[in-house]
Amino acid sequence: MTEFNADVFSQKSCCCQSTKKSSECEKKENTMSAAVTEQQLVIEGAGCASCVGKIEAALKQTPGVQSAEMNFADRTVLVSGTTDTQSLVKAVESVGYNAKPLEDNPYTDAVDEKEAADWVYYKKLMRDTFIALLLGVPLMIYSIVVGEMTVETNTERLSWLVVGLLTLGVMFFSGRHFYIGAWKSFKNHSANMDTLIALGTGTAWLYSMLVVFIPDAVPLMARHVYFEATAMIIGLIDLGLALELKARGKTSEAIKRLIGLQAKTATIIRDNKEVQIAIDQVLLNDVIKVRPGEKIPVDGVVIEGHTSIDESMLTGEPMPVEKTLEDEVVAGTLNKSGMILFKVTRVGKDTALAQIISMVKRAQNSKPPIGRLADVISAYFVPVVMIVSVLSALAWLNFGPEPALAFAIVSATTVLIIACPCALGLATPMSVMVGVGKAAEAGVLIRNGEALQTASKITAMILDKTGTITEGTPKVTDIILANASDENTVLQLAASLESGSEHPLAMAIVESALEQDIELLKIEAFNAITGMGVEASCDGKALLFGNSKLMAKKQVDLGKYTDKAQALAKEAKTPMYFAVDGQLAAIIAVADPIKSDSISAIKRLQANGIRVIMLTGDNKETAAAVANKAGISEFFAEVLPEDKANKVQELQEQGEIVGMTGDGINDAPALALADVGFAIGTGTDVAIESADITLMRGSLHGLADAIAVSKATLRNIKQNLFGAFVYNVAGIPFAAGVLYPFFGLLLSPVIAGAAMAFSSLTVVSNANRLRLFKAQDH
Amino acid sequence: MMIFNIFGIAIIALIIWWFWLYKPNQTLANNNEVLIEVKDGVYSPSAIQVNASQPITLKFLRKDQSPCSETLLIPTLDISEQLKLNDVTQIHLSDIPQGEHVFHCQMQMYRGVLKVV
Repeated sequence: MTEFNADVFSQKSCCCQSTKKSSECEKKENTMSAAVTEQQLVIEGAGCASCVGKIEAALKQTPGVQSAEMNFADRTVLVSGTTDTQSLVKAVESVGYNAKPLEDNPYTDAVDEKEAADWVYYKKLMRDTFIALLLGVPLMIYSIVVGEMTVETNTERLSWLVVGLLTLGVMFFSGRHFYIGAWKSFKNHSANMDTLIALGTGTAWLYSMLVVFIPDAVPLMARHVYFEATAMIIGLIDLGLALELKARGKTSEAIKRLIGLQAKTATIIRDNKEVQIAIDQVLLNDVIKVRPGEKIPVDGVVIEGHTSIDESMLTGEPMPVEKTLEDEVVAGTLNKSGMILFKVTRVGKDTALAQIISMVKRAQNSKPPIGRLADVISAYFVPVVMIVSVLSALAWLNFGPEPALAFAIVSATTVLIIACPCALGLATPMSVMVGVGKAAEAGVLIRNGEALQTASKITAMILDKTGTITEGTPKVTDIILANASDENTVLQLAASLESGSEHPLAMAIVESALEQDIELLKIEAFNAITGMGVEASCDGKALLFGNSKLMAKKQVDLGKYTDKAQALAKEAKTPMYFAVDGQLAAIIAVADPIKSDSISAIKRLQANGIRVIMLTGDNKETAAAVANKAGISEFFAEVLPEDKANKVQELQEQGEIVGMTGDGINDAPALALADVGFAIGTGTDVAIESADITLMRGSLHGLADAIAVSKATLRNIKQNLFGAFVYNVAGIPFAAGVLYPFFGLLLSPVIAGAAMAFSSLTVVSNANRLRLFKAQDH
Repeated sequence: MMIFNIFGIAIIALIIWWFWLYKPNQTLANNNEVLIEVKDGVYSPSAIQVNASQPITLKFLRKDQSPCSETLLIPTLDISEQLKLNDVTQIHLSDIPQGEHVFHCQMQMYRGVLKVV
């Protein structure tokens, strides 16, 4: 069940679900005792709701069973008690059903159900194809060998009558869905592909039967039958639909892979006992045990143990991540080395994996603006084709050579059959589906089709320095004393002052003090001065910490120390001044190393013709040194957080299509203003709702991958749209007979049927080529 | 020949009127929910009218195996849902902006409209 608020689109978790779970929880708590275990069985053969009562009653009558509750929707039953599994299975079998423990049964999730349904439909279409071609192919061969299928003698009439009735059988068995669909659409004042096929094949059959029953109603030269066309068209289009269905299955492989990451069961600890339960029975604050080699079933926080976890399936980051106490673990990732216990913090639709799946699904079904024209055309397409078909028939009747009526019927039928709204309609969504899925595989989450399209056109990319180009974990590298005599005292006072700030540089200083076991002092009157630094008092001393602007504002004389600060900045370090009671006490320099692969990723962006610009609140010298190291020639230094958006706007005014990459929280206004906002995360804790495109791993190569996959997808969409437009624009006039006066060429309805059937297949297959897309090696 | 021409023109006029000019009756949502059957290439009902202040649950029952019918899109409300076969997919809507919100499949062969007054 999905809830939407139309003002602010949101997918909420179902409220009734939590109510249900809490009541289940209470029930479970009441029934738990030392000897009691819970088991879940999958029931086979339960086809009606009344089966539920029978199965529950049979289980409850089994000695040792305290409760049995069946979920009819997923055909599972949860049994509490002391009875062993075999007895429970026997109890179910005694009332005529089969049962298996959940872990032994192939898990039937939505993907499996869809695949099973698709397989049934595929078999049906192939059977329909076989029946139609069984009649159509011999008739086709006959028409080629013998020539025109005319009706002149009574024997021929009788023979063709039999063939006509057989064709009617094909229409009923293999093509019934076209006629029902067309009729229902017609009643609904709408028209679709079924309408065209039903009209085309219906016209050919009706005309042929007219020739058989009342040959005198048509001129002698026009007494042809087109039963082979009807049967062949139905067969070929059914075949096209079957092959398209197969090809479509491949377009959703990425989402299937993501869904497949979800664990089916979890081992929870209740009353010091391990109980294996289905994933949807896990509650918030449950304690879950995960052994090496097992998947993390839901999101949580480690409360015992230490391990390394492979998060590559979500982030694309190949190196396992170390996890210890209080670290977050995420559903779908793989526990590699140690056993851990973790406390559940998110379940169901709230887990990071569920949100990623939901976002990818939504993005896969959204359309980039490039597809809008095709949408508009699709909405009017079928009635327009019907009108063209009638006009074509009238043109042949009025101006065509004899047999004009036969030509009119052939051209009208062929126009209806060759026109393919599906190719147009599928051109964009199929490519988006594969492209967005491919991006997700590389740890790149694209919000929607519009972001996908714009990302392919980016001409300028703004990169925030800290945490984007650099690691974002600065360390204290130098303490140069000015009017102070002791490094430890300086670090103690500076760290005490900075403990009130959340700035990464401040945290580096606090961390440095803590590493040296320096005790922090109590500070008072803390005040953060945006873009400059902080001030506070400690033990009656007035403390100041920040950049040269702050020192100038507070009239602290820096003297010769500005040269020393500049020298540090040239080494890509960030020097900060620390003053006590209005006198400079020391310069503390902090350095944030550039990520190991930032330089190569920036080169990839530049090689794609993208103007790369660095943005930082740091001083000019440090910014220049970092930019130089990273291979960036343009940068803006000393930019206040609120000015980042202005820089985006400035570039947009220069005519650039601007991408902005930041951490998704501090850079929110700039990310929102940019043509495409990229939130870069480290691991799975990234806020995936905060940007147009989210990079699940910290590497800037994710950025280059996102742009590369966007370009590849847009190229694919253009190929598809071009193919679909050209096919229809060229095919329809050809079918109407515009080439006949010049070259004597008129398309056969059978060829038109084959072309139509395979045009959609071509579009889907071309979209599938995107699956071969590989992000550049790095 | 004249008969054929008049007949042809009449057919064209009928196509224009039936598919573009005719405004079908709209199903009024009385109980805050509407069951929409997805079958044989159409949504039934395909035209639904609700009041702007009225929250509504659209219950899509997909009975059509065709993959076209699987995806439901309401672009103006940024909604995209996968419809499960032979099952009801519920979409709860509240505070819907006034106007016409077209819902359709990926290829726009299935089409319907939610009119909010």
